[in-house]
Amino acid sequence: MELLNILIEVAGPTTGQGLAGLGAGAAAIGAGIGVGTIGKGALEAMARQPESTDDLRANMILAAALVEGVALFGIIVCLLVAIG
Amino acid sequence: MIRFIARFITVVMIISAPNFAFSQNSEQNDEHTNSHADNHKEEGVGNFIIHHISDANEIHLFGNVSIPLPIIIFVEGKGLDVFMSSAFHDANGGHGHGPKHARGPLTGSHYTKDELGITAKDENGLDLAIWDISITKSVFGMFFVILLMILMLRSVAKNYARRPGLAPKGIASLMEPLILFVRDGIAHPILGKEKSKKFMSFLLTTFFFIVACNLLGLIPFIGGFNITGTVGVTIVLAGLVFVITTINGNKHYWGHIVSPPGVPFFVKLLLVPIEIFGILLKPTVLMIRLTANISAGHIIILSFVSLIFIFGKNSQAGGLGVGVFSTLFMIFMYLLELLVAFLQAYVFTLLAAIYFSEATQEPHH
Repeated sequence: MELLNILIEVAGPTTGQGLAGLGAGAAAIGAGIGVGTIGKGALEAMARQPESTDDLRANMILAAALVEGVALFGIIVCLLVAIG
Repeated sequence: MIRFIARFITVVMIISAPNFAFSQNSEQNDEHTNSHADNHKEEGVGNFIIHHISDANEIHLFGNVSIPLPIIIFVEGKGLDVFMSSAFHDANGGHGHGPKHARGPLTGSHYTKDELGITAKDENGLDLAIWDISITKSVFGMFFVILLMILMLRSVAKNYARRPGLAPKGIASLMEPLILFVRDGIAHPILGKEKSKKFMSFLLTTFFFIVACNLLGLIPFIGGFNITGTVGVTIVLAGLVFVITTINGNKHYWGHIVSPPGVPFFVKLLLVPIEIFGILLKPTVLMIRLTANISAGHIIILSFVSLIFIFGKNSQAGGLGVGVFSTLFMIFMYLLELLVAFLQAYVFTLLAAIYFSEATQEPHH
């Protein structure tokens, strides 16, 4: 809790903006884990079966886009809090 | 003929969308005017960035140089006002920041423009209801993209009609890989050869429109168009996907939404609202993904620009040092944005194709 207070103090002039900054960071962590897992899975599959690379690439981008969409939801909300 | 009318309606919807969003905003103007006047006193980096990625009534090139665009306002009960945005002046008669004022040449209404849009008052100071259908920066950019795409793709089509069976020539050899990419990479694997005939024209049109708008936004020094980063534009693109999916949805598709087979009654009570929420959520996510990705690219590049000036304010050496790294990062981000411009068009088209294929799937169990 103390760490959170310090972060809020550092991040912005008001509590809302500070929390928005933290929220954007959390959204980025979520998206990073998600896209990282997808990339890992796709690379492993490609290494096992190089002939299926083309199919895998399309599905990899699709899954990454879906993960990213959810993360962007979070970031948009944070942006609205920060500037609103 | 029907196809032509459908295309015409599509174009009109796309063009008019940002302005409807715009005029919606202006209704809440009065509550926000005061807080915005306060914001103007200290213009931070946030305001600078928001100003650059939002739609505007003129194309701002550099410094005080900007290209004015026509403002078209329909005042309810009074008529149409058409004038150039250069007619707007601030309280001192200049072109500085803050709310600007203009007098409508035809209806004599008094217009006030600030960051949230345009509001109108009549001679007695009473609020007027207006429809702002101005040619804004995004609309102008879209006109340009539409014109460019029509010229390029018509010539490609003519090329194929004139030289059937021969290798593509001229601009056709530039476009052929992209067209084949949409056909063989998106439409055929997902929709199948038969069904994709029906949806190919929409998929190709959206793909090229989004790519061209994204790339136009990446050209520096021409005013920083942010067409696909405007919610009004993407909401229409996503809305079209929603309408096409809904119209083409067959019995199998609706059956699975309204009454999922093989599911107990109590689970259905839970599942059906989620499914119905899902069909609305899909286009919404489509819209937010495109808008947020393109806007985020602009925001990142502008942040790197701002970083130089934040450090330069304290010490000149700091500004120089940060400037070098900032510029390098900016070039890197710019190249990444070139990739994202194509990637987002691909993802949008791919997801649209997947939704169409879900809606037209035949039962197989």
